[in-house]
Parts: sequence; structure tokens; C-alpha cells
Amino acid sequence: MNRKLIIGGALAGALVLAGCGAGADSDAPAPGETEDTQQQPAPGGPELVVWTDAEREGALREAATAFEAETGATVTLVQKNFEDLRNDFIVQVPTGEGPDITVGAHDWLGALVTAGVVDTIDIGPAADDFEPVAIEAMTYDGQLYALPYSLETIALIQNADLVGEEAPETWDDMIAAGLAVSDRPVAINTAGETGDGYTMYGFQTSFGAPVFVQDDDGSYTSDVGMGGEAGEAFAQWLFDNGSQGTGYLSTTIDYDINNELFNSGETPFTVQGPWALPSFTDVENIAVGPIPSAGGEPAAPFVGVQGFYLSSQSENSLLAQEFLVNFLGTEDAQRTLYEADPRIPALSVLADEVASDPIVAGFLESSQNGVPMPSIPEMGDVWDLWNAAEVQIINGSDPASTWNAMVTELESTIG
Amino acid sequence: MTVPLSPSRPRGVSHARSWGTGGAGFLVKLALMALVNALGISIALSAWAAESWLILIATVALTISADIVYFSRRAVPMKYLFPGLSFLLIFQIFVFAYTGYVAFTNYGTGHAGSMDQAVDAALIHDERRVEGAESYPIAIVERDGELGFAIADGTEVRVGTADEPLARVSGATIGAGGSPDTVPGYQVIPRAEVLTDAALQREVVSLRVPVSGDAEDGSMRTREGSTATVYSSTLTWDDAAQTLTDSSTGTVYEPSDRGKFRSADGQELATGWYVGVGFENFIRAATDPDLRGPLTQVTVWTFAFAILSVVTAFGLGLLFALIYNDERVRGRAVLRTLFILPYAFPAFMSALLWRGMLNSEFGVINDLFFFGANINWLGDPWLAKIAILWVNLWLSYPYWFLVCTGALQALPRDTLEAATIDGAGRWRSFSSIILPQLLVATAPLAIASFAFNFNNFTIIFMLTEGGPAMGSGTNLGTTDILISAIYRISGIQGGSADYGLASALSIIVFIVIGIISAIALRQTRKLEEIS
Repeated sequence: MNRKLIIGGALAGALVLAGCGAGADSDAPAPGETEDTQQQPAPGGPELVVWTDAEREGALREAATAFEAETGATVTLVQKNFEDLRNDFIVQVPTGEGPDITVGAHDWLGALVTAGVVDTIDIGPAADDFEPVAIEAMTYDGQLYALPYSLETIALIQNADLVGEEAPETWDDMIAAGLAVSDRPVAINTAGETGDGYTMYGFQTSFGAPVFVQDDDGSYTSDVGMGGEAGEAFAQWLFDNGSQGTGYLSTTIDYDINNELFNSGETPFTVQGPWALPSFTDVENIAVGPIPSAGGEPAAPFVGVQGFYLSSQSENSLLAQEFLVNFLGTEDAQRTLYEADPRIPALSVLADEVASDPIVAGFLESSQNGVPMPSIPEMGDVWDLWNAAEVQIINGSDPASTWNAMVTELESTIG
Repeated sequence: MTVPLSPSRPRGVSHARSWGTGGAGFLVKLALMALVNALGISIALSAWAAESWLILIATVALTISADIVYFSRRAVPMKYLFPGLSFLLIFQIFVFAYTGYVAFTNYGTGHAGSMDQAVDAALIHDERRVEGAESYPIAIVERDGELGFAIADGTEVRVGTADEPLARVSGATIGAGGSPDTVPGYQVIPRAEVLTDAALQREVVSLRVPVSGDAEDGSMRTREGSTATVYSSTLTWDDAAQTLTDSSTGTVYEPSDRGKFRSADGQELATGWYVGVGFENFIRAATDPDLRGPLTQVTVWTFAFAILSVVTAFGLGLLFALIYNDERVRGRAVLRTLFILPYAFPAFMSALLWRGMLNSEFGVINDLFFFGANINWLGDPWLAKIAILWVNLWLSYPYWFLVCTGALQALPRDTLEAATIDGAGRWRSFSSIILPQLLVATAPLAIASFAFNFNNFTIIFMLTEGGPAMGSGTNLGTTDILISAIYRISGIQGGSADYGLASALSIIVFIVIGIISAIALRQTRKLEEIS
């Protein structure tokens, strides 16, 4: 293969030259990564390199051991920070330094496809065994690009001791129930002054203003859907509940303050993901339900799907497909992954199984209302502008003009 | 450097050459050079395997020069300079040259690999499973060195190769696993062998067996070597013409000079490759109206931030140093230690703590010092700038306190005494004697500190993340300095990266800092001449 790309990245190259030798060997870990050293490659045998983060390493190890026993291949797990995986994968696959398989989130898909670093996979009719939103999320332009394994989403979390188990249907119901027990009826994270469109998105969709318009088969187009009356109505709602209005939304709340307010019982409602649950040690009875509607339509939060991607430059793609589809795709492997890192399983059978826990059931219900976070590369241009506009409106800027300026700028950036 | 003479070796012969001490020196050198060479060869071999020619050439050149330098009798100064020079080459010049190279390309989202890889990606994306097609258990078979698939369709076995469409064979048997295990005229390759032979794997993955004589019916391919399904594709790559043709619509995609496959009517395929774009990134940084306005604002604030940070911290540090250098102050040692505390804290932790303390509703600053007023320190453009300068002052004045205390104590006492005898007052002796002498010692540090603050990403990112937003339709914030603005423009966080533009901007920043530092250092030299 002609590699016009002489060097992968400045650093990787520098490391090679420096004689660390780290980037030089396709399976050697760069500094800061740890490699599973127990497995020595069988002489001459094929080797699969799988990038993973710490949480999933143990579960993958189990699937890998079974796979090694059956095929005689070696599976080398390289542990990296989850946040580094996407960029490292994009930069290293074209140079031949990348892994055969990596763990990843579905919203990387657009960037991975346009970079040409992922291969399609074929799970055939087994696709029906997964939650539809998971398959939809991993599909790009009609092609399935990754094996999904878990879902995550945000939901309304309430202190059942203060406001009961019943999830309020609408924003107004929730505020009324919250005001009955506290003068801060709800805490919603805005990441401080940074803004957090992710958390706010459920409310936004309840006004019918999606970030991007979805076409008939559910794929996102690059048409911005936030403009028009629906978007302005949402902006007005942000303003009405912001510092110039009721003050229920405030830019003083970041992730930690949000969790502290809920945990201390100062507020009975919050919108958070399952990852915040460990912070709520002082709340004895937590109930989880769908996000209430603020604009009349159902609130559809973003659903994130995690799964396994296959490198388009894999030297062992037969083996890698085999490992991905016939080992990691099985119920047993998916259960092991769930046990290692409990997120809502993407496999429907498992999802139903774990939904016996009412908290998981709440998140699952919220995710079933939800939409996959757009995976098109244009989404990367959205966040900063979108977050900033929301914060400005909450802080008292004119809602309609601020919102429309953001939409216009977004449309011109995306082109 | 003078080498102590030992009686056992002739004058002027180094330890590394002498055999007099049992050859230990020479052996150590030999071992070290063997290591260097082994490393060089191993890197060169990997580079060869990865076809990274530049790295290969550089490694070979460096290894050979190391051998020449250390085994030659001459080139003595080089023996000392060589390690430093190679590190300079690798860590500074190489990185800078690579950044420069990227600045002249459109490397980023959609342009990340080579053209071959873009072709691969287009073909991969185009090849789809034929709707409703069944999966069949298969065996990989071989005849006269040619690979084929043997497909078990119920009790019937069909076999075919790349050139021969699938055809029924009689006399084949189906094994327990459901796939054919003997096929007359063909040799069945055991699955274990397929999976463990990398070269064979590649062949099997790329093998397409036509279902029938009609190409429209699609062809069988296997993903994992045990089952095969019918796939069809419409794109074909013409290597001679360097074009992709969509046979279903007749559209021809030609490579454009922007690194994308483009059809005559302007449609583009998703995956591109990176190409040189000349000065375009630099021109865009200077002329793009979406960037120009905000970047000017960012540049002004960057200078203000860097200069004010150094001036305020230097001033406060010097003031405290003067006060606590006075012999009448008791417990100076303890007090000085206390002053250094903020300096000993990791800056990013402090910045995060301050972010919490400056929170308008929950922060202690408003509660304790402003009677609980809701002053939005981090949400107002001017207050946020003040907050950043204040936190940076808090973080960095102890450094200047330390430096100035040291410099003050090193000042010769006789000039000060002479000045006092001549009747100079406190201010006079400070401004005419202490300060100029102090500046000689501290000015280079101030320049370094300016350069550091010019690129002080940590404090901006941890305290305000560049916010609050400028709001004029840009994603930059009012407290963004150039380096954090570059980080945002590069889009690494959001996943829509533009490394080319970001590299061009970093080069501009590098040049600006370089020029300022050069001018400032020259001025400092003049200062030295005066004193």
C-alpha cells in the first residue's frame, strides 16, 4: 500500500525517532498505556489488537480468552483513556499503527467514516436482537459500522421521599411538585457558564426543535432543525426560566453543584445520567423516569450508544469480524460486559432482564423515548455555539435574536 | 577538560580507548554503542516495515553518524555535542517541521489519510448485503492455487471461485458444523488454518465469488470465514484513470485538487485524503471574516493578559520581597515559606478551586467579601477577565517573590551603602540602584514568563473555558487567548477537527513570541551594559 503519509503524527514520529520505539511497533503501547503482558503472541500466529478503556478491559479479557482457546490467535488488549480513543484511532489507523478493534461511542461514527478508518460489519438477522435505537445509532448511510453493546441516556431523577415515586408528566407539574417541598424545585446542570445542550436537549425536543432534521429512515441530515417558531419557543422558555424569569435555570449550577443540591435534599428533582447515581449516597429513595415535557411533545433526550469498531486497515479482518460478531456479539459476552460495567445493555434480552431494577427501568424507558445523538461530523460544529447561546439566554439575553443568530451562524459554518 | 593521568596509559588517550585498565572503558563504550546501534536498527526495521521512509532515513543517518562520531579519533567536541544535537533534531526541529508541513495541508476531518485509503473507504461503504439474502455455511477450498468458496445450501453443495460462478457439485459431504467438509476436485482448507494465516486471510476477505454468470446478481463474500452472503456493489475503481464509477447511475467521481472524489455535478464522497493547500490556511486565518474579527479581539486580550500577568505578579512579588527582606521583620523564614504555598499547588487544581469559589451563587468570594451579592464573576466578559488576572496573580506572585528575594540578597551592599552616605533616600536608592540591578537578573525570567503566559492554556481552560461567549456568531469566548482559541478552532474536542488551520495558527503564534522574545532579550543586554 502506498503510504504518502510519511509520519503519523508529530509526536508518534518523534517518539519513534527518539528511540522509545513505542510508535514503531504496531502493537506496542505508547507511553501512558498499559498492555496486557500475560499473553505472549504464539509464534507466527495471528494477533488481534483491541483498544479498550479500563472499565471494559476485564470483560473483554474473558471473551478474548475463550476466543484464543478456540482459534489459536492471540488477543492483545491495549488500555487507553476513553477520551483519547477517537483521535488516536483516526490518526493511527491510516499509518498502520492502529488496532484491529476499538471500543467507541456511536457519535464518533461520522468522523470515523469520513476519515475512512472503519470497516462495515454484518450481523445479519441478529440485528433484530438489539434495541432499535442502538442499531440505528451505529448505522451510517444505511451501513452498520459497529457492534453496539450498551446504551446510556439521561432521565428525570427524583427524591421519592420528598415528591413520591410518580414521575411528573410535564415541566409545570414537576415545578409545582417541587415547589411544594423546596424553593428550588429542580436542579439542571448547565456546566456553569459553559452551557450544556446535552442535558437541556430533552426539553428542547419537547418543543419540536431537533438539532438536525432526521430523514425517513432515521438518519440525520445536515439540515439544522432548531430554527423557526419551535426553536424560538424553546428559547423563550429558557429565558422565562432563567435569571430574568423564575430563576429555575441558573448558570451557577455545574455537575458537582447539581449533584450536591440533589444529594443534600435541597432540590427534589434533577436531570442526570446513571453516572451521577454514585454521588447520591444520602438520598434513600431514588425514582427514575422519563424527562417531563416542557413544550407539549414527548421529551426525547440524546441516547449514546457504545460499541466496538473494526479498523478498515486491519490485517486480520477475518479474525476480527469473527471475534466481534461471533464472540462479543453473543449473549454471554454481552452479559459479562454488563457485569463489568453496568450500563443499559443494547441486546434486548439483556435489557429486559436488567430492567427488573426500577432505576435501570427508568433509564431504559427514557432511552426508548430518546433519539441517537447525531453522529454526523457536523455535530462537532454545533456544541460550542449551541451551549453558548443557551447560557446567554438563561443569563438574560434576548431569546429570539440570540437563538436565531446561533442558528444562522451554525448554518453558515456547516455550509 | 583535563583528564587526570594514570600511570598505566599514555598521555592523551581517553578511558574509552585505553586497554591499560583491562579495557573496561572501551568495553563500556562498546556496550553502549551496541545498544544505540541495536535500537537504531530495530527502529529502522520497523520503519521499513511501516514504509515510513523519512523515519527510516533519519534513523539510519543518526545511527551512522553516532558510530562515526564515537569511533573516530577526531571529532572530540562532537562527542559531547552529539546527544544534545540529536535531541534538538528530534524534539524541536522535527516537531516544528511537521507542524509546518501540516499547516500547508488540509489535514483534518474528512481528509485524514491517503487517496488509496479513501478509495478503500468508498468501496467498503458501497458494498452492501443484498436485501433478503441468506447466509450460508461455507468452507474455503483450493484448486491449483486458486481459492474458492464451497457453500452448503441445505443438502446441496455449490462451489465457485473468483472466475467461476457458483455451480453445483455432486459427491460433496457436509460436516457436523453444517459446512462442506469434502468437495471433489477441491481441497478444503481447515478453518483453523484460514484464521491463523494472515496472508490467506487477506485473500479470503477480498475473494468475491459470483453467484451466477450475471454480475447483477451480486457475489458471495465472507466476513469471518465461516458463512457467506450475497453482496452487491455499484462503485468500481479504475486504477488507470484514477476514477470511481457508480455503475447504477453512471456517475464518475474524479479526484479533485481539494482531496475529495467529486462528480461532474458536484457531488462528493464522504471520505477524502489530505493534499497540500499552499498558504490557504494562513490566508484564511487572516481574511476569513468569521475568524478575523474574533481573532483580533483574542489577540489583543492575549497580549493584555500576558503583559498584565507578568507586570502585576512581578510588582506584587517584588513589593513583598522588599518588605520581607527587611531585617526588622520577625519570623521571615516561616513567612516566606507560607508565601510560597500557592506556587506549590498544581495550577490546574487551584484554577478549578477558584472556579468554585467565584461561582456567583454558591461561591465563597461573593458570600464572604461581597455580602452575598450575586456578582457573576465568570459570566460577565470584563469580570471574567479580572477574575483570570486575579487568579493568575495569586498563582504566580510567589514565584516573583522567590526570585526577587534571591536577587535582592545577591545585590552588592557597598553601592547601597555608598548611596546612603551620599544622601540618597529610600525611593532614590530603590529606583536608581536596586531596581536596575534587579532587572538585570530578572528580565530574562520576565520574558520567559511572558512567553509562558502567552500560551497559558491551563488557567484559561480550567477557570473559564474561554467563556463567556463573544456571542457574535463565533464559538470563541471573551477570555480565550490565542492558544485556547486554536484549540477550539482545531475542533479536536467536538470531533470535527481542522489540524491544518490549527497548525497554521500555532506557527503564527510561535513567530510572534519568537520576535517579541528576541527584541526583549536584546533590550535586556543593553540593560546589562548600563550596569
